[in-house]
Amino acid sequence: MASPLEQFEISPIVPIQIGGIDLSFTNSSLWMTIAVIVAGGTLTVAAGRGAMVPGRLQTIGELLYEFIAGLIKETIGSEGRKYFPIIFTVFVFVLTGNLLGMIPYSFTFTSHIIVTFAMAIVIFLAVTVLGFVRHGTHFFSFFVPPGTPLVMYPLMIPIEILSYLSRPISLAVRLFANMMAGHILLKVIAGFVAAMGVFGILPLALVVALTGLEIIIAFLQAYVFTILTCLYINDAIKLH
Amino acid sequence: MSEPERPSSLDDLNKRLKDARSKHAPDEKPEDEGGSSGGLGLGFRVAIDLVAGVAVGVFVGWLLDRWLGTTPWLMVLFFFLGAGAGFSNVIRAERASRTKPD
Repeated sequence: MASPLEQFEISPIVPIQIGGIDLSFTNSSLWMTIAVIVAGGTLTVAAGRGAMVPGRLQTIGELLYEFIAGLIKETIGSEGRKYFPIIFTVFVFVLTGNLLGMIPYSFTFTSHIIVTFAMAIVIFLAVTVLGFVRHGTHFFSFFVPPGTPLVMYPLMIPIEILSYLSRPISLAVRLFANMMAGHILLKVIAGFVAAMGVFGILPLALVVALTGLEIIIAFLQAYVFTILTCLYINDAIKLH
Repeated sequence: MSEPERPSSLDDLNKRLKDARSKHAPDEKPEDEGGSSGGLGLGFRVAIDLVAGVAVGVFVGWLLDRWLGTTPWLMVLFFFLGAGAGFSNVIRAERASRTKPD
């Protein structure tokens, strides 16, 4: 029987080697491309019509727009509106990746830590640059929690800096671990269906339920990733 | 159509509405709270926040050690600082989630 980890295997589709660096177009790249095409295509069609009474696709587009706009207003306030494009892109890309992963025989690129970490580190660096642009060296006061007595500075500043540096890691690991754990669980329990013969009906029922749960998690983790991005931007703009 | 019949049917409807609401309300709550399935989601979040703090602390300590040649002392020091950072992550996240939803 296939291992439950086989689904995460990276296999090159178009091998490309440039200067000893492996830049192959892999199944992971393929599914990222599909995600971009699906998301871009859906939203282009959704936005293209602009009917007074929205059709199905337009409703999806409007729901997504209003959801993210509301999220930004709640976490950052009206100042956050200019960061709408990046936040919307992050949400739609992660969500599409998570949902595409639910299609049997597809590949879940969000279940690879290097993918989520790449996104997290880009967000982290961008937010840090944003903080310095907005506040200059005053941004360093972010590492001193308000109300800290002077005696505690040598202890609190390293802790705050480490806490700040741990952000991209917890952001990346949260999405990756949730997606990977869910997909392994599905495959392991699906393995029991064949192994248990007639009684396989029980794990089969469980797989059906877990598939539903996984779809909820796909939405939830995209939402969590996005809301944390919003909170980080908020921190960089407002400092505490 | 007699008068007394109407209030009773309204009462009945009210009761049925209340029953239906109480049956559906618990279903919607846990999803709104942000955890994937209540306690499991929360535990996952806390664990990741804690481990991320420690991991970053150890990594930074290891880098400084290699740079300054003080193996293993800075790594030990930064392990504890990282643990502190992990706890402060958890406390901050918990405080934020407690003030946010309501």
